Amino acid sequence: MKPGYIREAVLAAARRRTWLWAGVLLLLALGIVFAIVRLAGHDSLPSESVTTTPYAGSTGAITARSIGDGDDGQWTMAAKNYASTRFSSAREIDTRNVRRLHVAFTFSTGIVKGHEAAPLVIGGMMYIVTPFPNYVYALDLTQPGAPVKWTFKPKPLSAAQGVACCDVVNRGAAYADNRIFFNTLDNRTIALDATTGRMLWETKLGDINRGETMTMAPLVAGGKVLVGNAGGEMGVRGWFAALDAATGRIAWKAFATGPDRDVLIGPAYKPFYAMDRGRDLGVTSWPPDAWKMGGGAAWGWVSYDPQLRLVYYGTGNPGPWNPEQRPGDNKFATGVFARNIDDGQARWFYQSSPHDLFDHDGINEQILLDMPVKGRMRGVMARPERNGYFYIMDRATGEVLSAKAFGPVTAYKGVDLKTGRLAPNPAMEPKEGRVVRGICPSAPGMKDWNPAAFSPLTGLVYIPHNNLCMDWGSYEANYIAGTPYIGADVKYYAGPGGHRGVLTAWDPVHQRPVWRIKEDLPLWSGALTTGGGLLFYGTMDGWFKAVDQRSGKLLWRFKTGSGIIGQPISYRGPDGHQYIAILSGVGGWPGSIVSNALDARDPTAGNGWGSAVGDLPQKTTAGGMLYVFALPH
Amino acid sequence: MIASLVSLSACDREERESRGRPLAEAAAGGPLVSTLRAGEPPHPRPDPRAAEYENNAYAVSQGQKLFQAMNCSGCHAHGGGGMGPALMDDQWRYGGNMEQIVATLDQGRPNGMLSWRGRLTAQQMWQLAAYVRSLSAQQRQDVLPGRADEPSNTEPQTLRSREEMHSSSPAGVQGTAQ
Repeated sequence: MKPGYIREAVLAAARRRTWLWAGVLLLLALGIVFAIVRLAGHDSLPSESVTTTPYAGSTGAITARSIGDGDDGQWTMAAKNYASTRFSSAREIDTRNVRRLHVAFTFSTGIVKGHEAAPLVIGGMMYIVTPFPNYVYALDLTQPGAPVKWTFKPKPLSAAQGVACCDVVNRGAAYADNRIFFNTLDNRTIALDATTGRMLWETKLGDINRGETMTMAPLVAGGKVLVGNAGGEMGVRGWFAALDAATGRIAWKAFATGPDRDVLIGPAYKPFYAMDRGRDLGVTSWPPDAWKMGGGAAWGWVSYDPQLRLVYYGTGNPGPWNPEQRPGDNKFATGVFARNIDDGQARWFYQSSPHDLFDHDGINEQILLDMPVKGRMRGVMARPERNGYFYIMDRATGEVLSAKAFGPVTAYKGVDLKTGRLAPNPAMEPKEGRVVRGICPSAPGMKDWNPAAFSPLTGLVYIPHNNLCMDWGSYEANYIAGTPYIGADVKYYAGPGGHRGVLTAWDPVHQRPVWRIKEDLPLWSGALTTGGGLLFYGTMDGWFKAVDQRSGKLLWRFKTGSGIIGQPISYRGPDGHQYIAILSGVGGWPGSIVSNALDARDPTAGNGWGSAVGDLPQKTTAGGMLYVFALPH
Repeated sequence: MIASLVSLSACDREERESRGRPLAEAAAGGPLVSTLRAGEPPHPRPDPRAAEYENNAYAVSQGQKLFQAMNCSGCHAHGGGGMGPALMDDQWRYGGNMEQIVATLDQGRPNGMLSWRGRLTAQQMWQLAAYVRSLSAQQRQDVLPGRADEPSNTEPQTLRSREEMHSSSPAGVQGTAQ
């Protein structure tokens, strides 16, 4: 060893000691500041032990007490829990250290379609279901680099791609009792052994020749796998079914249209509003036989209240889009059902958009909260709705407690809380032979499928959504099974302000926005909140972002390889550390301009997206990749 | 005796058609979808109907009506695509000449294009093919339709410039899924 080197080493050691002392001083200073902040009452982070009890935020809204499941650091269903909060109580990664977040590992799915799924984490394993052809990958998190333990290929029919309205997406799997449950594009629900990847059962539930597909993430509750179909743009007849988790046998199946016996409406059905009461409304609120191709598909989110034993889900748009072809309320499309999980019997239904005029599906998530309403704590569900209104509803009765627009609305004049009825703006009503301009929100809605998150730290709901308006021209649609049943030429474009996406932090109690982040492109990713005070979401040009739940201040961002339309999750790894995971891979309805190589010179490409996101192919390219982040440790 | 019976029945089992019966030669003809041809370069044999339909304004506008009425526009929009590929661009997965488009309409294609055999007449398929080619302005300007019947708000095809035709898929589309 050369003397010069020794001198360097001694100097380096001295420098390290200096740094060490500086570090100790800094920690002391930070500790004092932290204590002051705590005394001032601004820091309401729960202590480490508080992971099972919901924590009251500044609004007084908390996660529904009836859910009552603790956070074990896993992620067993797309929405994290039955209340669909998407809140992870993990707080190793927080507002102070998030800037040091870095990539822990990545994994290519090998598929170039839109990746909308939430990864699942159970034990030391991560499970990913891809878009068509719906591969399921099991990654071993206990090994360096998380190698693939098994892959399952369900081999869906190739032709199913031709009846999937908005890219060939899949929104994720569900887990219970060492089983992974997921849907294939060609209408099968499949159960796999989580350890080996062996198929335990599969149940075929629909037919692509009638335009049906399945894209939603199942929910497993009470020993039942809850699933529904997609295909509102193909004139399907919507349904929602419960399968026995052990055998795959259909326990019950409820249609969204047709006679009461098909819709599972019986003596237990007690809707809050007169408009939703009556005999065989699924037939009588349609022109003759139109209900047979009337849509109302259940392709979105499911929540469950174990105390009430009620399962909640929304129904999609009626078919066709052209409203003049289906006079009537078109029940039970564009609304929300509460059903008994045991027999499927409807308890109540609320139609958020009667006689839907604008493809304003009602499939958005139900976030189950307990919160003060006029001074009294109520068990509610929060629904940031596609039609632009943020609904607070009593989840036991279906009563609308409040419904306030969370963005610019010209299509409607508001929700009458006495009758529950949405009031359309007559000037904006589509009519054959004329083009209506300046309709806000557009057909993809103030908010499409991508789910919001709730944080019990702040009591706020974080909504990733659109700021889009549209022009609409109706024409007569012909029903041909297996082909689109739409009857409208539409063009979307940025709403007031010129930006196409927004993230709104919404106070559900006081019905007002607390802060907003404007995003240039439409927001098509889900949101995640964590106990570290962070909110995660992604943009269609590939940025994965962490912002402060309280202020919306951007604290960290990372550019992934493709646009993000997935659902971020947080989990505790086998090493005890917190991880954040997201699938990158542009696609979905707006992203199909990239993943299906649409030509934006046609403004109506992709049912209206050509005019709205023609710049996307210059901003991102297709390709599915999992990114997992952690702090250095 | 028993041994000879066993050997005889064994002889019966050995009888089989090892080459299959020759098929009729009817398989030849019809449009090629591949540009690769075993043994020699392809010789496109144009169908005489192709030019007749393609250069006929009436046929193109009838095709335009059918394109809307049969819900083609639901998947392909007004050429920009959606669930189905764009038709106004320069990329053709299964070939873009008249015969190939008619064959696609008749036979369907494996990744979601359905077969219209028995639902459209041959004449309607030729009319549709002529309109589909007009989306990338393959015809003379005086053949292209100026406006659609319904309020589509798209530019008239007469304003479009003619695209080159390539037998290929755009990058990104040809993944595992295709």
